[in-house]
This record gives sequence, C-alpha cells and structure tokens, in this order.
Amino acid sequence: MGDLSEAFRIAFHLLASFDRELFEIIALSLKVSLVAVAISCFFGFLMGAALCVYRFRGKQIIVIIINALMGLPPVVVGLCVYLMLSRSGPLGVFGLLYTPTAMIIAQVLLITPLIGALSLQVLHEMHKEYDEFFRSLHLSPLAKIKTLLWDARFGLIIVGLAGFGRAISEVGAVMIVGGNINHLTRIMTTAIALETSKGTLALALALGIILLGFSVSLNAAVMFLRSAISDDKNA
Amino acid sequence: MPELDEKAKGSKNLDKLIRFQNVTLKIGHHQLIHDISCSINTTGKIVVMGPNGAGKSLFLRLLAGLMKPTAGKITRGAHFLEHNQNMNLSMVFQNPVLLRRSTRANIEYALQRMNISRQQRLQLISSALGVARLEEKALISARRLSGGEQQRLALARAMVVKPKLLLLDEVTASLDPASTQIVETMIDEAANSGTKVVLITHDVRQAKRIADNILFIHQGKIFAYEPVRKFFRDPGSHEAQAYLDGKLPNPDLGSE
Ligand SMILES: Nc1ncnc2c1ncn2[C@@H]1O[C@H](COP(=O)(O)OP(=O)(O)OP(=O)(O)O)[C@@H](O)[C@H]1O
Ligand SMILES: [Mg+2]
Repeated sequence: MGDLSEAFRIAFHLLASFDRELFEIIALSLKVSLVAVAISCFFGFLMGAALCVYRFRGKQIIVIIINALMGLPPVVVGLCVYLMLSRSGPLGVFGLLYTPTAMIIAQVLLITPLIGALSLQVLHEMHKEYDEFFRSLHLSPLAKIKTLLWDARFGLIIVGLAGFGRAISEVGAVMIVGGNINHLTRIMTTAIALETSKGTLALALALGIILLGFSVSLNAAVMFLRSAISDDKNA
Repeated sequence: MPELDEKAKGSKNLDKLIRFQNVTLKIGHHQLIHDISCSINTTGKIVVMGPNGAGKSLFLRLLAGLMKPTAGKITRGAHFLEHNQNMNLSMVFQNPVLLRRSTRANIEYALQRMNISRQQRLQLISSALGVARLEEKALISARRLSGGEQQRLALARAMVVKPKLLLLDEVTASLDPASTQIVETMIDEAANSGTKVVLITHDVRQAKRIADNILFIHQGKIFAYEPVRKFFRDPGSHEAQAYLDGKLPNPDLGSE
C-alpha cells in the first residue's frame, strides 16, 4: 500500500508543479483529439444533414452501415490505418506512420460514424417537423442543410462532445498507428498504458486523474447543455 | 358538379391562379380526395369549410404543391408563374412550424432569399413585428411564445414576403378575440394588396366576415363553391345545409 500512496504523492506533485513532460503529453492528447473531432464534426454533421434532406434509393442501407461502423473495434481501425500508412502500404510514401497525423486519421475514422449517426438522429427529428415548411418555401437542399445545422446547434454540440469523449479516451487505435513515442506521439491514454505496464504508477496516476477530470467536465457540459435546451424549448 | 366561380367559368386563363381538373388523391388504400375540379382566381378570399377529416388540409397541401395528385391535373396560371418564383406562395400550417430561433429571426428567415437592401429588410421585419404585435417578444425564442403568439408569428412570417397566394390552415383556432381581430385585419390587408387568400376555418361568423367565396368540402368532395351570401342563404346541398345546422358528420348522410 505504501507504493500506492507514494505514487499518489508524486502524481499530485507532478500536477502541482506543472511537470513539463506531463503537460506535453496532455497538450498532444488535446491537439490530436480536438483536430480529429473538428474534422469528424465537419463530415459527420454534413453527412447527417444530407441524409435528412436528400431522398435517394439505398439511403436506408447507408444509415445501417453508418450505425454498424459506429461499433468498430478501435484496434481494427488502428490495424487498417497501420496497413495503409506502413512503408509498403498504399499511402506509405507519405511517411505518416508514427506521427500525430496518423493518430488523427485513426481517430477521425473511429468517431466520424459516431458523430454522423448521432447527428442524423438529432437532425432527423427536426427535419420531420420542418419538411413541409421547407418545401412550401421551395428551398434548395443546401439552404435546408444550413437551416437544419444551425437550428440543431445545441444538440450538435452535445454530439461533438460525445465524439471528443470517445476520441480522448481511446487507446487501441492510436497506440498502433502512433507507437507511443516519447515527445512525439505519446498521449495520455498510451502513456498510461505504458507507464502502468512499466510499473511507474505516478505518471500514470497523474494522467489518469487528468483524464478523469476531462471526462467528468465533458459530462457536466453535456448535462448542462441538455437542461439548457429543454428549458429553452430550443431543441 | 362543383360550382365554379361565375367569372372564372367565362373568362380566359388570365384571372386564374390555379386550376384543379378531376383531382384525386389516394394515400395507401384510402381515397382521400375524390375527383375535385375547381379554379382559383387571382384575387379575393376563399374560405374553405367542412367537418373534421373532410380533406380541407389536404386540399390546401395540393394547392401548395406539397402533395401530388394521384389522378387529375393541377395547373398554375400564367399570372402565378410570372410572379417572383421565390415568393409566389406562403402557407401557414394547422400546427405552425417555427424555427428554433428568435421571433425576429423567424421573420428574417422568410426574407433571406428576397433581393432587397438591408434597409428595406429591416423595415419589413419591424413592420411585420408591429402588425403581429410581437415587438416586445422580438428577441425571445419563438418556441417560447404562447400558442396564439406563435400563430401570429407564423402568419406574419408568411405575409412578410407579400406572396401571390396565401394559404392559411385554421390560423385563428387558438386565438383570443383580440388576436383573432388582429389576424383578420392582417388577412384583409394582404388581400387588399393583391394577395389571394385561401383560409380554412370552422368559425361560421369568421367565414361570413372574411369570405368572398365559400368552398365547402365533405368526404373529399366539393359540395359547394359559391359567393358567401349565396352559401349562407341557400347552401345548395343537403350536406352543406346539414353542416351549417350542426348535423354533420352524420352517418346517414355519409354516402349520399
Ligand atoms: N398522410 C396521410 N395518410 C393517411 N391518411 C391521411 C393523411 N393525411 C390525412 N389523412 C386523412 O385524410 C382525411 C382528411 O384529412 P385532412 O387533414 O385534410 O382533414 P381536415 O379537413 O383538415 O380536418 P380538420 O378539420 O380536422 O383539420 C383524414 O381522415 C385523415 O385521416
Ligand atoms: Mg385540417
């Protein structure tokens, strides 16, 4: 037990003294996940809105596929991205393997289906309600999409936060394509995995506390937004 | 069988906005509109009456082009097409559809595709808010307005573009007398400035106040389409008479 309390003591010391290595890891985690979420939101929101607005054959199949992709095992995504980016892979020439870019790619592939499927749910309800109004105005599909995205903004922020939560806490895929290289691709989850297996619990604990902090504040933000929405009758 | 507007019968296409020829609408196995023929002139106010479930809202949707007839033809007159495409028609639904934005932004939304200066836009918005008596609620989320205020907003938004054709589905159903009066004034003003109004109501006195012509629908058919005075003096069919006497729906009269 002594080890553990010692580990906690060092962990808090690391946090309190703004340890450089610790904050480097946190900063990279945030950078990778934020960029990945931004890209995924762009595509996911557009996908969700387009699926509401356009009518075409096979739409239902696409929806089913997106929902299925939502449950992709992260390590499988990591493996696929690895195969694409590795030296002998089709995208090998870019030399992206074991870079933050590779981790961003993996996370984008992981969370775009999630964000697409969740935003489709949010937007679909709204579109059902707006549909006849839109059609009575003879709006173009693009105008409809713009309106839907703007009017669902609060719901979509929640969706984005859910995506961020998944991205920042994900370990399997980024480990495979990032390689957890010190000062280069080491992020919170991969560092925790490594340090724990090495037995250096202090850094792992400090990172764990931060990660927990993120997840708690994300959930708080979501809850706050939810109640704001229902108060405001805005969604 | 349905009476056409006297004038519409004789004259050329010029004063016709929309014409229904043997229009039938089926959804699934249900035939909801049966072989309707009539034409809508470019001016004046038509009040559509008929019992619940008669097909009034469907008729309005067909007029708006929101539904396609399963048989028959709906033609739009030259006048309708000449008018600026974007703004030839506005509809207020039985349950008003309001955007999740402020009252003001809802009105602004209708104006977005109009090619007018900022100055004009602001002026139109504030006068629309004024007419609907919603100035004080301008910045409130439209969904926080009371039912009646929402109706007034939906109407103001529909009217702000000065459409050629204004379709109103029971817009005063949840309004207090004062609001009803405001709305009726708004409707009159629209009609006087050249907008064709087609309004559904169950309120006989309102129909008498507003209508130039009454179009009476029952079980998906038009039983009367005639000037308001004539309709209330002598509705011309058992069904319309029974409706006015408060005896419709009545299963005995149901299938003639
Ligand atoms: N999408 C639909 N699918 C099937 N039936 C429908 C559909 N829309 C309307 N109906 C049916 O068509 C009939 C006419 O509906 P409509 O809404 O036009 O009635 P209404 O005359 O406007 O009645 P109310 O006075 O109650 O508003 C109703 O019996 C309704 O159940
Ligand atoms: Mg109706």
